[in-house]
Amino acid sequence: MRTLLLLILIWAGTDLAKAEQAMVGSKVFTESYVLGEIARRAIENAGVTCGHKQGMGGTIILWEALKQGAITAYPDYTGTIREEILKVKKEVTVEELRTELARQGIGMTHELGFNNTYALVMNRQRAGALGIRKISDLRKHPDLRLGLNHEFLRRKDGWEPLARKYELEMKDVRGIDHMLGYTALANGSIDLKEAYSTDAKIAENNLMVLEDNLNFFPAYKAVFLYRLDADPRVIKALKKMEGTINEELMMKLNAEAERTKDYSLAASLYFGEKAQKIAQGRTKQMAGKIAHWTGRHLLLVGVSLLCAIVVGVPLGIWASKPGIVSQIIISSTGLIQTIPALALLALLIPIPFLGINPITAIVALFLYSLLPIVRNTATGLQDIPVPLRESAAALGLEPGAQLRKVFLPMASRAILAGIKTSAIINVGSATLAALIGAGGLGEPIISGLNLNDHATILEGAIPAAVLALLVQFLFDFLDRFLIPKGLRLERTVR
Amino acid sequence: MAETNQPLITLRSVSEQFGPVCALQSIDLHITKGRTTVLIGPSGCGKSTILRLINGLLQPTSGTVEFEGKPVLPANVIELRRRMGYVIQDGGLFPHLTAGDNVVLMARHLGRPTDEIQRRVEELCELTRFPLEGLNRYPVELSGGQRQRVSLMRGLMLKPDVLLLDEPLGALDPMVRSALQTELKSIFQQLKQTIVLVTHDMGEAAYFGDTIVLMKQGRIVQQGSLADLRERPTEPFVREFLNAQRSLAFP
Ligand SMILES: Nc1ncnc2c1ncn2[C@@H]1O[C@H](COP(=O)(O)OP(=O)(O)OP(=O)(O)O)[C@@H](O)[C@H]1O
Ligand SMILES: [Mg+2]
Repeated sequence: MRTLLLLILIWAGTDLAKAEQAMVGSKVFTESYVLGEIARRAIENAGVTCGHKQGMGGTIILWEALKQGAITAYPDYTGTIREEILKVKKEVTVEELRTELARQGIGMTHELGFNNTYALVMNRQRAGALGIRKISDLRKHPDLRLGLNHEFLRRKDGWEPLARKYELEMKDVRGIDHMLGYTALANGSIDLKEAYSTDAKIAENNLMVLEDNLNFFPAYKAVFLYRLDADPRVIKALKKMEGTINEELMMKLNAEAERTKDYSLAASLYFGEKAQKIAQGRTKQMAGKIAHWTGRHLLLVGVSLLCAIVVGVPLGIWASKPGIVSQIIISSTGLIQTIPALALLALLIPIPFLGINPITAIVALFLYSLLPIVRNTATGLQDIPVPLRESAAALGLEPGAQLRKVFLPMASRAILAGIKTSAIINVGSATLAALIGAGGLGEPIISGLNLNDHATILEGAIPAAVLALLVQFLFDFLDRFLIPKGLRLERTVR
Repeated sequence: MAETNQPLITLRSVSEQFGPVCALQSIDLHITKGRTTVLIGPSGCGKSTILRLINGLLQPTSGTVEFEGKPVLPANVIELRRRMGYVIQDGGLFPHLTAGDNVVLMARHLGRPTDEIQRRVEELCELTRFPLEGLNRYPVELSGGQRQRVSLMRGLMLKPDVLLLDEPLGALDPMVRSALQTELKSIFQQLKQTIVLVTHDMGEAAYFGDTIVLMKQGRIVQQGSLADLRERPTEPFVREFLNAQRSLAFP
């Protein structure tokens, strides 16, 4: 049993690291997807097989993945590298950044040719009506509602320092996903949001970019970061792209990616290929893709649930006995449950042997699955009436035999219900695994969210919902075999 | 005093304390082989506690409980329990096992040969007049009286040296109860079994008991035959108890 488990774990781990000689990562927004895809193609053109982990997360996740070697390269911006990764002062030159990165084993290409700085945008008519042109004009309008993405809210060159510099005292500032923010802006649920200056949405939605009249935002020149120990052909391919993408081209590529909901089409545009009609084969491919995502999803759920059962039931048995240990077990598994899934993933990533890979996702899902199993096992056992407990002991059964022959079968309904709850929660939570590149049905959901494409979201959301239902049916069906008949009769008779 | 029969079970100045509650205080009791000892007394007087001490579900706070002259200790308790049958008020049958599986659970666990088990089950069904085909039913599918028969079979399965019965007929309606009383008595007589029976019904005590042990608030008030209790009460409580029981039955 234990060896089988280990084998599955190892398989899940190696599965991801398979075959490709290089791996490009990207952050969760269109431009990063497009640049990542362009890099992947460029590397493949140089004769190195290369994969692309799309939309892995924010800066820190990508940076950790690069340092750990889970990816070979990813696109980033000088401002981000300065402020978020190296956390150095504005005055530090690009060359100094490069030396500092090199000390950590990371290389940086020269600028790709465009500056994608942050900006604040708002509806053009509304801005006109309120007489807002510059960021400092916001001082007179503290009631405007801001919807800022979570990374911008926290960044050192993000909202808080900006507000301090401009002496803004906005009353209503909330966190919202970058792409959803555009929808919120369009339907008037917020008045202002952050944007990247190359966002295709700016032109598309006729938004007004507020002038950064105090020069707050640093330059965000796009570059590729890569591992210095990468194949020289990879580094050469990345360097070949230096100075080849200006603002205009990038905005066009972004617009193309969002229009077609297909960033590989946009990448083809860069290589001067005619945007081929890949779309025809799409439905055929889709079934295959969904099957692939579902398979991976089931693997994540299956392995983590199995581990949770193997660990959770004994813990539950232990927790069913009165005493301090029981309280510690129940409250610590309960505590894990209160950590938001994303935070749990982020906490697990720096732990040795984990990092950005499916094992981390499996560990997180495993931890989430524990509570229902532990708690139900414990209460199931505690609910056994005292006279029956005494009868089992009085027969002369050893404690172990009492547990196996009497108590566990009697608690089987509660234990199975706990496992069922865990399984269903697990199917839902596993969609978050895609955030750290572990795949599964979260992959289309997250890329759909970033491309603002509902069809893609549904490609993941529908199978995930169906899967949850199937799991429910499966367990209802299993109940018939695993819950002893006498207990099932008890329920119908009473 | 001049008992030829060696007592099977002996309690020597046994006290049992549950936190502030003193359930038993300095009890001395001998259970004689081959005879029926009935423990009787008002609710909460400590009758069930005595049974739990005998089969080691509880350890005495002070004093010793001896089985065949050896103290009942956690180290030997599992072995000793296999030599004692235990039947409680509504049977204590495990709901996930059929009647038959409840009866043979322990014998199978001990790896007794299947044909031997089979023979013993048939013997017990005959003795308790339980239909063989009822063995495949689950406890919920049985009547209260049938459950008690199954529970009795389970208690007798390993041919125990003593049968501990804690209000075995308490949950039954009067008709079934009286029928089962008669049957039980004949079973006990056939088996020449050592029995410790707990009841709070004086009629039942008089019907079964070779020795009646009357208890009150954790103490033994008097023990002896019914005639002893009736004619030579040691305390006014004995008479009160007998009278109260009589007036309940025949107002
Ligand atoms: N586990 C326990 N914890 C605390 N007090 C207990 C426990 N078991 C029994 N007692 C107390 O000990 C006393 C004797 O209990 P016991 O069950 O032996 O009474 P009983 O004579 O069998 O009564 P009944 O006729 O109602 O069954 C009671 O006061 C009871 O409340
Ligand atoms: Mg009692």
